[in-house]
Amino acid sequence: MTWFVDDTWIVIIGALTAIACALPGCFLVLRQMSMMGDAISHAVLPGLAIAFLVTGERASFTMFIGAAVVGVLTAVFTQWISSLGKVDRGASMGIVFTTLFALGLLLIVQAADHVDLDPGCVLYGAIEMTTLDVAWEFQLGETWIEVPRAAMVLGSVALFNLIIVVAFFKELKISAFDPELATTQGINANFMHYLLMTQVAVTTVAAFEVVGSIIVIAMLVTPAATAHLLTDRLGLMLLLSAIIGALAAGLGHLLAIVIPPLIGFDGTTTSGMMAVTTGLLFVLAWLFAPRYGWISRLVSRKDVKSPFSGPLPSD
Amino acid sequence: MKTKSYNSAKTLPADDHSPQAPLSIHDLTVAYHRKPVLWDIDLDIPEGKLVGIVGPNGAGKSTLIKACLDLIPTASGLVQVYGQPYKKQRAMVGYVPQRESVDWDFPVSALDVVTMGLYRDIGWFKTVRKKHKEIARSALDRVGIAHLADRQISQLSGGQQQRVFLARALAQDATLYFMDEPFAAVDAATERAIVTLLKDLKNQGKTTLVVHHDLATVSQYFDWVILLNMRVVAAGPTEEVFTAENLHRTYGGKLTLLAEAGHALSQIKRP
Amino acid sequence: MIPPPLAALTSLHDTGADWPSLDVVWRVLTLQDYNTRLVVMSTMILGLASGLVGCFLLLRKRSLMGDALSHATLPGIGLAFIVMASMGGTGKHLVGLLVGATVTGVIGVIMVLVVRNTSRIKDDAAMGIVLSVFFGLGMVVLSMVLSMPSGHAAGLESFIYGKTASMIMQDFLLLSGVAAIALLCSLLLLKEFTLLCFDEGFGRSQGWPIHGLDIILLGLVALVTVVGLQAVGLILIIAFLITPAAAARFWTNDLRNMLILSALIGGVSGWCGASISALLPRLPAGAVIVLVAAAFFVFSLFFGKTRGVVRTRLAMYRLKRKVGRQHLLRAVYEIQEAACAETGKPPANIAIPFRDLLLHRSWSPAHVRQDLRRAKNEDHIDQFDGQSLRLSESGFGEAARITRNHRLWEIFLITHADIAASHVDRDADSVEHVLSPDMVRELEQRLDLDSIPESPHYISPQKDRPHDMVR
Ligand SMILES: Nc1ncnc2c1ncn2[C@@H]1O[C@H](COP(=O)(O)OP(=O)(O)O)[C@@H](O)[C@H]1O
Ligand SMILES: [Mg+2]
Repeated sequence: MTWFVDDTWIVIIGALTAIACALPGCFLVLRQMSMMGDAISHAVLPGLAIAFLVTGERASFTMFIGAAVVGVLTAVFTQWISSLGKVDRGASMGIVFTTLFALGLLLIVQAADHVDLDPGCVLYGAIEMTTLDVAWEFQLGETWIEVPRAAMVLGSVALFNLIIVVAFFKELKISAFDPELATTQGINANFMHYLLMTQVAVTTVAAFEVVGSIIVIAMLVTPAATAHLLTDRLGLMLLLSAIIGALAAGLGHLLAIVIPPLIGFDGTTTSGMMAVTTGLLFVLAWLFAPRYGWISRLVSRKDVKSPFSGPLPSD
Repeated sequence: MKTKSYNSAKTLPADDHSPQAPLSIHDLTVAYHRKPVLWDIDLDIPEGKLVGIVGPNGAGKSTLIKACLDLIPTASGLVQVYGQPYKKQRAMVGYVPQRESVDWDFPVSALDVVTMGLYRDIGWFKTVRKKHKEIARSALDRVGIAHLADRQISQLSGGQQQRVFLARALAQDATLYFMDEPFAAVDAATERAIVTLLKDLKNQGKTTLVVHHDLATVSQYFDWVILLNMRVVAAGPTEEVFTAENLHRTYGGKLTLLAEAGHALSQIKRP
Repeated sequence: MIPPPLAALTSLHDTGADWPSLDVVWRVLTLQDYNTRLVVMSTMILGLASGLVGCFLLLRKRSLMGDALSHATLPGIGLAFIVMASMGGTGKHLVGLLVGATVTGVIGVIMVLVVRNTSRIKDDAAMGIVLSVFFGLGMVVLSMVLSMPSGHAAGLESFIYGKTASMIMQDFLLLSGVAAIALLCSLLLLKEFTLLCFDEGFGRSQGWPIHGLDIILLGLVALVTVVGLQAVGLILIIAFLITPAAAARFWTNDLRNMLILSALIGGVSGWCGASISALLPRLPAGAVIVLVAAAFFVFSLFFGKTRGVVRTRLAMYRLKRKVGRQHLLRAVYEIQEAACAETGKPPANIAIPFRDLLLHRSWSPAHVRQDLRRAKNEDHIDQFDGQSLRLSESGFGEAARITRNHRLWEIFLITHADIAASHVDRDADSVEHVLSPDMVRELEQRLDLDSIPESPHYISPQKDRPHDMVR
């Protein structure tokens, strides 16, 4: 196995994705809206298509805006349908994103020469290729450092999310914990909801364009859930999920290089492997977490300490 | 005072249980995670009594009922219904869950919900027949809302929904009933109707365990009480067990509750 | 580097659609071509089956399970290909691939259940984890397969995802089989599934194997999803499981009707969608079907008979008007009654000052004026010149009736509190229909006895909760 500079960059980009996702991801998991990342990443298709049809060019920025707008709209429509028609939120999310996806598909195929667009392709990404697109070069001592565009994009998104989470930590925390309490304390829970949705949409769309959305979906939910098994404190949970995500990115790339030759294949996709690795880390936490792990629960169920071992206070 | 008070499991030898008790609980311990919620519960409930389960929020009242019904795993202990494990005696047991435990927006009518009490009798794959609906209708009649049988359940008031749940348990035609907070957030008339019903059941010789949180009415409604706070603080006939001292030990230093308890005690009419 | 979805866009250019002739439309709609017939029938049957199964999924609040499941089929397809290829053969055997997809799909669903039952992780996060991790695994496996030197694996994905137009007899038979199983299970297990979805705890206390039922239900979802994958595609089958059921819920409060309606909506969406897609060029069937189902949903959301937005808003508006009218007429009657009582006369239709009406309850002038305008339109008000007003003949009669009923109702609620509870949400306006004639007579006697010239409303307006409010 040989490790190139590019490999380092891939891991860095993966880790930046993980950090960018971990921050909104924790709140999604706590608010029981984990499927939002998945919904948004599918729903943005018409945004991309319309942005392209309107401007006639494949400029990243217009497409980014188009997709981000549709991403936020997904959240808005979901909210409308579930409150207007008293529809279960999961169901209304499902209706909205599948409908938007179908619409996007129709737009693309209507205008495209070849009909044979693979609906699954939206989920694919090629993190391996991101290093080819260099956005910025600079000299550090003897060596030239070539920073890929993806690293710049994801770094900015991570920074954006970090600023929002730091600025609104208290508000996000309260409205994740108890929206009604938040409202009584003068915090606009609705605003916080849409702020979070905007974060998710921006993160999903930015990352999806550079590294593929399966990584985003995985990084939004799995590290946050893993961290949730390890701690009860929100601050720590945010930190842990970022670390776990970054770790999964590094390990994932390593596994993607190491494993295929072992079982007789040429190579495989790093994006997929990173997603799988987040899952492996989750399974570890699920089994062995000190307090909320499965094994510790099994053991503790049979081995409860009597709270009455001493003399009772009231006796 | 001959109050039986179980401060530790050791005070009562296991073979002290009567084999014919409608419900006997042997050294039951339940824990969520590492946190014990119920510890060494050891009880015999005498037949034909109306039993109140009283204790502060989070005392484990619902947990006790769920553990008896085998709905949650237990750390240790044994629950017997008329001397047999619960699994063999399901037909003798009726259950009224907490009202909030279901989605009242579900597309079924009051009558449909009540027939659910008969599903076990009807059995796998078979459909609900007319005679089952008749039974369900008469159960609804017993709780006074037969005229609402065909209403969708979301169009019922809170008290009426609670009556539907009670009717479902009645349709089960059990001899031992578990009811989780049937008096929570119901109107005064429903409360009176439920009390009448409970007394009816008692007069028919059935045993009913009711989770209750209004201390003021305990001595009026129940002839037996279990004071619960993770362990059984005291259990026995109301007039013996429902004392200031025991309430203090159940509710600890919670002052507001103690004030309530004081009020409740002032209401006790001792013979 | 151009990421794939954008790559698809690089070759965009507009080409006008060729509209089909009427003859062709007729042929397609009446299923005269063998090929179209196969495709349309298949999607219709798929719609029926998924509409049926989706109902239970919706009521169990697990609608997105189809999403997790369909993503979790990907590794199965890759693995099945590897297994079949290593046993010799092309590896692209339909049934084999579908079996592989089912296996990993079901494993994924079971993982969701296990994770949520054994940890503090909730349903949604468990689904998100399974979805992304399994799909990631699928990508890993597929990209290894695609790099296989022997490689006839190309096109493996599109072989699976949404090739509606190229369906063959085998697909049709498969779909029909699955639909039959779904129908049979829904019929046989209707009451068990109802219990599972409505009150799991009670079901378990009765001894029903709730986990087993859960797995049967999800097994059905898995079957529908897997056969649906190639009919409408990975993402769009998710819509098929959710949208018809959610649309049907707006039309009925009865589970059986909801099941039938949902199956119908699913079937019709499949039929319409596939037909439209066969008629017009460059319309992928899966997308059209989903859009037709979504149109059904939006229509139902607004115009659904029992829960549609228009109906519920309209009912709320009507109720407000009715309550407003009753309050106004009763207030006028009570003022007239009080004025007449001062002179020792029985209540009569005399003119009253507008100011008294405002004072009677703390109503805003605008509010009262609006109610008055409506009452005038209904011919209940004879004259209103801004200063004083008088009821019309019919208005006075109506006002007397409303006031009498209201008082009867109040006495009933006070004196018969124990039985009253089951009637509180009934309409006071129709006392006679709700209470037995004996009861009404008894109440009337009391009304005469006390003959309340002063209604309690003068003292405490807030006690006057509209008993006639229909929930
Ligand atoms: N599913 C659960 N997981 C973890 N803890 C629980 C669960 N259900 C109840 N508890 C805890 O067990 C304790 C007892 O709960 P419960 O029996 O519902 O109390 P009660 O019904 O007396 O108010 C509470 O402290 C509660 O937090
Ligand atoms: Mg409780």
